[in-house]
Amino acid sequence: MSSFFRTGLEVARRDVRLAVRRAGDTVAVITFFVIAIVLFPLGVGPELSVLARIASGTIWVAALLAAMLSLDRLFLADHDDGSLDLLLLAPVPLEVIVLAKCAAHWLTTGVPLIVTAPLLAVLMNLNFDGLGALILAMALGTPILSLVGAVGAALTVGVRRGGALVPLLVLPLVIPVLIFGVAAIDAAVIGADASAPLMVLGGMLLASLVLAPWAGAAALRLSAE
Amino acid sequence: MRGERLVFEDISFSIKQGEALVLRGPNGSGKTTFLRLIAGLLRREAGHLSWRGTDVAEDPEAWRAELCFVGHLDGIKSLFTVAENVSFWARLAGKGDLRIGEALDRFGLADLSDVPARFLSAGQRRRVGLARLVAAPVPVWLLDEPTVSLDVESVATLAGVMKEHRAAGGLIIAATHADLNLDDVKTLALGSRQAS
Repeated sequence: MSSFFRTGLEVARRDVRLAVRRAGDTVAVITFFVIAIVLFPLGVGPELSVLARIASGTIWVAALLAAMLSLDRLFLADHDDGSLDLLLLAPVPLEVIVLAKCAAHWLTTGVPLIVTAPLLAVLMNLNFDGLGALILAMALGTPILSLVGAVGAALTVGVRRGGALVPLLVLPLVIPVLIFGVAAIDAAVIGADASAPLMVLGGMLLASLVLAPWAGAAALRLSAE
Repeated sequence: MRGERLVFEDISFSIKQGEALVLRGPNGSGKTTFLRLIAGLLRREAGHLSWRGTDVAEDPEAWRAELCFVGHLDGIKSLFTVAENVSFWARLAGKGDLRIGEALDRFGLADLSDVPARFLSAGQRRRVGLARLVAAPVPVWLLDEPTVSLDVESVATLAGVMKEHRAAGGLIIAATHADLNLDDVKTLALGSRQAS
């Protein structure tokens, strides 16, 4: 068991180091996130009450779309240089490797999104009570994006120009994250109890932690054939 | 079976400690497919493969721990240095960093160890791929055209490494058109087939 853990850690460390050396990918995700949000005040107009009303929804939608940008390379880069074959041949269950790659993906895109979101929330005039719920909801929701996204990325890895398919596969599956993420923030903004939607998000995170590595590994095995 | 096409049937082989099996056949005869089947990257339509008396399908992780596959692509990250690339694969195989230096020396990569892999030539990349064999010692080597883009000297190095591997009781299954300078090898000829 500890060897599984060590191997997983090794894979995650490698992916994080690769992401650090290719920092442009993360910067592109965050830049997209920021620009998408900044467009709303320009498009909707500077009415503060309107911005506050739509803040939670726009931040979540922009975060979902930004996360999609980085997903297509998750397995494709390894597929293209032959690493994927060697990862498939590692002496641990493939699920461990998929989970490790999800963890690395979350650390290099999910965490930066969580850090950026409160700044954008201020820009959107989200009130202070909503800020804590926003951070909590993002902390629970972004790992789900990485996990479910990994399944989509694994399914399209052998498909030519499959990168364009990933958002089509993944976005419908993460609609519940959007709904409950927004619900948690909206509840906190009006001073109500946000714990119910947050718990639903937590439940979805646990479910995807269990199911996504398994589904992703099955999809990768198929793509190796 | 490869996309509804029967690649081969009625093939059987057995290989013991210290032996080498060379796959021969024209392009498209299924040498790579055969190696990928043995590695477990492809599913067999029929037939079975046993290792030390047990079917490898029973414990695929244990089988994968015994083998090292060197394919057409070397699995090199161009953002990592040569040493980082070899080190990652050795650690992934659970062998640690102990033999990295030896592996790099062996394939004449010691001077290049801190060079990012994107600056390497095709032959150097291949040598990095082969260095995994020394860095993470396992009994079974599956080599798919290991000599492609290697210079004469490196082919000789590879032959030496393979000889030592066999002397230590390892076994090799290689698909190649080149002469690997191996003594007493078994040969398996794969013929080309049309769609049936």
